[in-house]
Amino acid sequence: MKIGIPKESRDGEKRVAVTPSVASELNKLGFSMAIEASAGHAASFDDDMYLVAGVDVLTDAKKVWFDSDIIIKVRAPDKEEIKLMRSGQVLISFLWPAQNADLLSLLAEKGITTLAMDSIPRISRAQKMDALSSMANIAGYRAVIEAAQHFGRFFTGQITAAGKIPPAKILVIGAGVAGLAAIGAARSMGAIVRAFDTRPEVKEQVESMDGEFLLLDFDEDASGEGGYAKTMSAEFINAEMELFAEQAKEVDIIITTALIPGKPAPALITSEMVSSMKPGSVIVDLAAEQGGNCVLTEPDKVIKQAGVSIIGYTDLPSRLASQSSQLYGTNLRHLITDMCPEKNGQLVLDMEDEVIRGATVVHGKKITWPPPAPKLTVLKKKEPEKPSVVDRASDVQPKPSKLGPLLGLGVAVLGLFGLGAVAPPSFLEHFTVFVLACFVGYMVIWNVTPALHTPLMSVTNAISSIIIIGGLLQISSTEGTIMWIAGITIFITSINIAGGFAVTRRMLDMFRK
Amino acid sequence: MSGLVTVAYIGATILFILALGGLSHPETARRGNIYGIAGMTLALLATVGGAVTDNYVLLIFGLAIGGILGIVLAQRVQMTQMPELVAILHSLVGLAAVLVGFANFMDPEVHFDGVEETIHNVEVYLGILIGAVTFSGSVIAFGKLSGKISGTPLTLPGRHWLNLGLFLLTIVVGWQFVNESAAGIGSNPGLTPLLIMTALALLFGIHMVMAIGGADMPVVVSMLNSYSGWAASATGFMLSNNLLIVTGALVGSSGAILSYIMCRAMNRKFLAVIAGGFGTSGSSTSSNQGAVEGEVISIESAEVANLLSKSKEVMIIPGYGMAVAQAQHTVCEITKVLRKKGINVRFGIHPVAGRMPGHMNVLLAEARVPYDIVFEMDEINQDFPSIDVSIIIGANDIVNPSAQEEPESPIAGMPVLEVWKGKTTVVLKRSMATGYAGVQNPLFFKENTCMLFGDAQDTLDAVLKKL
Repeated sequence: MKIGIPKESRDGEKRVAVTPSVASELNKLGFSMAIEASAGHAASFDDDMYLVAGVDVLTDAKKVWFDSDIIIKVRAPDKEEIKLMRSGQVLISFLWPAQNADLLSLLAEKGITTLAMDSIPRISRAQKMDALSSMANIAGYRAVIEAAQHFGRFFTGQITAAGKIPPAKILVIGAGVAGLAAIGAARSMGAIVRAFDTRPEVKEQVESMDGEFLLLDFDEDASGEGGYAKTMSAEFINAEMELFAEQAKEVDIIITTALIPGKPAPALITSEMVSSMKPGSVIVDLAAEQGGNCVLTEPDKVIKQAGVSIIGYTDLPSRLASQSSQLYGTNLRHLITDMCPEKNGQLVLDMEDEVIRGATVVHGKKITWPPPAPKLTVLKKKEPEKPSVVDRASDVQPKPSKLGPLLGLGVAVLGLFGLGAVAPPSFLEHFTVFVLACFVGYMVIWNVTPALHTPLMSVTNAISSIIIIGGLLQISSTEGTIMWIAGITIFITSINIAGGFAVTRRMLDMFRK
Repeated sequence: MSGLVTVAYIGATILFILALGGLSHPETARRGNIYGIAGMTLALLATVGGAVTDNYVLLIFGLAIGGILGIVLAQRVQMTQMPELVAILHSLVGLAAVLVGFANFMDPEVHFDGVEETIHNVEVYLGILIGAVTFSGSVIAFGKLSGKISGTPLTLPGRHWLNLGLFLLTIVVGWQFVNESAAGIGSNPGLTPLLIMTALALLFGIHMVMAIGGADMPVVVSMLNSYSGWAASATGFMLSNNLLIVTGALVGSSGAILSYIMCRAMNRKFLAVIAGGFGTSGSSTSSNQGAVEGEVISIESAEVANLLSKSKEVMIIPGYGMAVAQAQHTVCEITKVLRKKGINVRFGIHPVAGRMPGHMNVLLAEARVPYDIVFEMDEINQDFPSIDVSIIIGANDIVNPSAQEEPESPIAGMPVLEVWKGKTTVVLKRSMATGYAGVQNPLFFKENTCMLFGDAQDTLDAVLKKL
């Protein structure tokens, strides 16, 4: 099948859906490809690179749109572009079906099977195709870079001949993929980073990125389905807002990434908070497209309010076009690889597959969005199991009965008593030696380092061949049979003695620093 | 003269204890081995001087040929074959105990009366019994370890009853033996029951080890080690020789402690291991443990090399698979390259990794991995959260998180290396097959685990080239 990669038409969109390296991977799967000329220019991939990777470069955009069997894009096509398409084609791109119901019906009308990259279920198996995470990662990083550009000071603290420079303090709200990426980037530039999230379980992740997690003393868990947050209660929000108000006075930069799927972004930073910030501070609002976490945010603009720069860019991934194209392309390739199990250049749409089913928003002429609720088997299973685990743990380790050792001791005492009563002194003398030797052995062996257990075995082997003494005592016997048996004993035990010591020596010589 | 011999024996005993004590550290171990050799030489010289009066030719031939054979064996053996060598050497000790027992029994000069005779007869009987079990058990263990006999446990129907029957039978035959030889009936009183018992003991040894599977071998090898000691000790009682008694007891307790350590490392009862099979005795859980949902992420050698060179902390966990693939030298080369780049490479060894106690340490030592970067499980298990890349070479059950997470699992409670707490784990494996316990390993499906399929030697070579 033929894959077409049109140029992104939206203003300022610099990404391209397929990079040359992704293209050569797709080639291996048996697909032929055509790209619109200069589609990759903005992301620093020129047409020659695509030619080398085996992609036809076409100057006629209409040909790309009409002749291909599969169209892959970054942004959703606009109405004009859909007109260029024909029935039976497959479209893969970001689509945001919840916001773009009219686009969806238009595509269904034309019979264009559509897979939305943003609708891929967020399950472990689909992580490799999770373009939202890839883009969020880039957005988080870029948010810090944008903040740095508008911030008038260093991030890192320094003590110089010209005086002491305090480190910048950054608050990251929302510790999703973007938030964590922002924490990581800001930390590595030397800033002090604090993070807040309504889901307490991300504390560990924040701390793993070397950020400080701000804990709200409030008992409510916001974990919703699919790893997103849900809306919180009014009390919680009040407590949260107090925390932000307090932090706003202290920090230099606020990066907000709070989103609730299918809803406008929660307004977390009020205009009072903005005016309480120090002049020269920066707010980067990653939720600008969904209305913004700061009430003053204007999408795609940088505004200055009370000395505070509020950045509302919605195209942060596109501002790192080369990187984001590469990641997006790789996500796409993983999706296509999964859909092309035979590696024969044919796309198979398996609607039984949870990932494919989730991503497919239009199938033929039918709108198949929203998909049936994803099965979160892992999370749901775990919860009811917990109490039983505790029960079982207490079952498994019953208190050791005190009777057992006592009984053993009793038997041993009785046995020894019996032995002492009956056995002749010569035996008891040997028996004393035996018991003492067992204890010495016990004490000595526990000191042996586990690394030397193999040499221990070979040396004890050699030593236990002391049984050769039996043979030596018997070899001078006048009886032929006994002499020969003793001879054999000596023969085999000396194999053991020489072999055991020699191999131990060989092994020990190998142990060196 | 006999006073001198006794003094020499005391000297030998002390030297043997020093030899074992030296093994507490690799530096002192070499000296310990020399003490052992000295002790043995002293004991031999004293016995030859004190007891041997005739047949010197046979004595010298036996010693010389046997000694040369032993040294040749020791020089030729590959380090991966150490478990086999140790097993076959154990069998020789067992055989010697049997031979000494029979010779002593047939010796007309040995004569006791009353209780002493009974005790002596019991000692002879026990010496031969333990010796025979050690002999046949070790031969089977050798066969299993060298692959001449299949490693899968042979589980006969009603095998516990069979064992019990054999045990009771040996007691009955023993009773008969003591009675017959006391009564002095026939030309060779008691020989028949003694032979019957030897046959039974041989059978018992075979059956016991046949029922034990591959990864339980560390327990079996150390148990046989222990038996060979007890056999020597019983022989010492029989011959009224304190040196034999002491040495046998030292070896016996050493083997017993090793068995205990191995069992604890698998969280299994010693009796359960000896009874054979895995999960077959108690529950049928293994069948429903097979299904772990998820997808495996496979990775290429080049990516592994890339991953390694970007990391700061690397942990390598070798298992039996490394021994099979003979990959220890490549592992060492990789370690050298990484350490030169300033990457902290360490090795984490599970007590039961491999087929005998300390197996992995010996292999790594052979490949000249410095022993101060090789650590025991307990020493490094808490370090995993700071590890960037863990590489698991041919190990499975010892890194299985279900030992901690699933109380139903057959291996629940077994101490394991907590690799999944590290940032990335690379598992080198030939296929997705389960380990010895037959339990699926959820580690392979974790998000931060990548699988590098193929023969460890080949894949590691490729990684080394890319570095």
